[in-house]
Amino acid sequence: MSKTVVIDPVTRIEGHAKISVFLNDAGDVDKAQFHVVEYRGFEKFCEGRPFTEMAGITARICGICPVSHLICSAKTGDKILAVKIPVAADKLRRLMNLGQITQSHALSFFHLSSPDFLLGWDSDPAKRNVFGLIAADPDLARAGIRLRQFGQQIIEILGGRKIHAAWTVPGGVRSPLSEDGRAWIVERLPESFETIRKALDIFKGLIAGPMKEEVNVFGEFPSLFMSLVSKTGEWEHYDGVLRFTDSQGNIVADHLSEDDYQDFLGEAVEDWSYLKFPYYKPLGYPDGIYRVGPLARLNTCDRIGTPAADQELQEFRSYAGGVPTSSFLYHYARLVEILACLEKIQILMDDPDIVSSRVRAEAGVNTLEGIGVSEAPRGTLFHHYQVDEYGLIKKVNLIIATGHNNLAMNKTVTQIAQHYIHGEEIPEGFLNRVEAGIRCYDPCLSCSTHAIGQMPLHIQLMKPDGTLAKEVYRH
Amino acid sequence: MAVKTLKIDDIDVAIEAGATLLQAAQEAGVPIPKLCAMKGISSIGACRLCLVEVEGINKLLPACVTEVAEGMVVHTQTPKLQEYRRMTVELIFAEGNHVCSICVANGNCELQDVAIEVGMDHSRFTYRFPDRGVDLSHPSFGIDHNRCILCTRCVRVCDEVEGAHVWDVANRGAACYIVSGLNQPWGEVSACTSCGKCVDACPTGAIFRKGETTGEKQRDRDKFAFLSTAREKREWTR
Repeated sequence: MSKTVVIDPVTRIEGHAKISVFLNDAGDVDKAQFHVVEYRGFEKFCEGRPFTEMAGITARICGICPVSHLICSAKTGDKILAVKIPVAADKLRRLMNLGQITQSHALSFFHLSSPDFLLGWDSDPAKRNVFGLIAADPDLARAGIRLRQFGQQIIEILGGRKIHAAWTVPGGVRSPLSEDGRAWIVERLPESFETIRKALDIFKGLIAGPMKEEVNVFGEFPSLFMSLVSKTGEWEHYDGVLRFTDSQGNIVADHLSEDDYQDFLGEAVEDWSYLKFPYYKPLGYPDGIYRVGPLARLNTCDRIGTPAADQELQEFRSYAGGVPTSSFLYHYARLVEILACLEKIQILMDDPDIVSSRVRAEAGVNTLEGIGVSEAPRGTLFHHYQVDEYGLIKKVNLIIATGHNNLAMNKTVTQIAQHYIHGEEIPEGFLNRVEAGIRCYDPCLSCSTHAIGQMPLHIQLMKPDGTLAKEVYRH
Repeated sequence: MAVKTLKIDDIDVAIEAGATLLQAAQEAGVPIPKLCAMKGISSIGACRLCLVEVEGINKLLPACVTEVAEGMVVHTQTPKLQEYRRMTVELIFAEGNHVCSICVANGNCELQDVAIEVGMDHSRFTYRFPDRGVDLSHPSFGIDHNRCILCTRCVRVCDEVEGAHVWDVANRGAACYIVSGLNQPWGEVSACTSCGKCVDACPTGAIFRKGETTGEKQRDRDKFAFLSTAREKREWTR
């Protein structure tokens, strides 16, 4: 008799979700669904607000990556002002985003996911967390926490606070980098390089041996990849053009502008999730499945543009023997990206523009519509505003990184469930693997539904007639 | 000059006749919370935060509009007053849409300061979430009615100091709101001299400079006392 398993809540991710696993009559997994069960409605209540407030408001969607919204919103505001921002402002925004990507990736790897790798999928769930990691390997845990602190501190040095620093504004940024701030960053860089080197060595060791199976099972499927790249095809996180590539490494579309996102991105809605399902329009729904985020950014770019990260990129690609298509490799990509961020931060530290005091262009409302784009740690983020002649918001559309990966996350949990779950009795470690499939994407559900909440997990096992056979909760 | 002597919270105070209890308290170094009163403009006793108890009088009196009298014994911090003040601040928060986290005045807001001063950590009253608008029609400034507490400082400063009388209060009770001109968009009011005094006078983020983002509002709170002294005494020092 077929059944459905529900994992609710999904733990160690940012936001609130559950997973349903549908079993067929033979007791094998038919399909699995990842439901995002929270809703906040930012797009609605921003209506009527001045567009200049949007960075501050949208940053409040999330405490992990408020910088992503700050940057994307400010870029959208730049377009409404119709200004070119000062060179220093451009570089300072980049610096903050690099700090943001570093801290968010460090959080994903060390705090949220590494307990699975280092303590084991089937280890005691009560200890399978960052505190268990601190007990098992205090040096590594401390280094990881300090790496995250490094990124957070860059945000605070620039914006005055680590979380919700409303420092990026339409036209630029509010204040320049202080000499003291620069000195602190320069001093802490070597330690951060050391930590990321160590993490890369550990992870490469795991996927070369003990975790080979995960690479083959955790979301190993062909799909498109989307991200920003520079006009010359380099890895990009702040500006540039949009590029789609496929699983063979072919460029499917290039030099796309965020202004035309509605031409190539569609959004489907399913009645079992609050999270929309974006797809690449030319291929239709659901064939237009694409992935964004660290894995996609490393797959779309020709090169990263810094020596150490480029060497790691080469190794990353040769490990996969072509285009890495397993979502388990998001973790690997995240580490390569931290290295890239650190190298790019180092380059910025030697740039004289970075302490310039010309950081803000001022103008009035010069266009009534603006679309901004940037790369959040989790992938490509779009803000789209329409304003009236005075700059009051008439309409908002936010397309969030986690949303782009919705189809891929569903495919991943199905693949993992099909591999590990057979019959009604499900060991906890197997459920953890299903959750970990989601964690590969480091989803931020608060952002993606613009929603409130935490991320406990609920798995339901459903019978073929739709009735509930078993559920597992974890809070 | 006639002088009145009185006691405020057991402190002996001597002050010229005609002064208010609020001025006397300030003279004595006794802090009394206030939102509508401001040096340099007339007082109207609108916010009710400066209520005090005077021995022998069976009702609470607003210190900003009560004249000192000989032999008065005034209490400013009784449990009853503290409770009423907190309740008043809670009512102000519940009445409008005050979202500090994204407000231009965050960190530089008198309403926020008063809430901290009276120990408000939540509102016992249900928030009304009124549907109010934002007027950005003026080229330099904006008014967000969501953040307005109807203290009418803008009305008084524009009338009494600038002399332009752009602002007024429309309607009654809970439907009251500040209007510019004859309830026109601010940018269309020809009387406005764009001096920005209302921005400086506004205790919250309701009136602001356009383009200001979260926590960016700066204000010159002493400007009006300076202007008033300059006019009356011909002294231009600050």
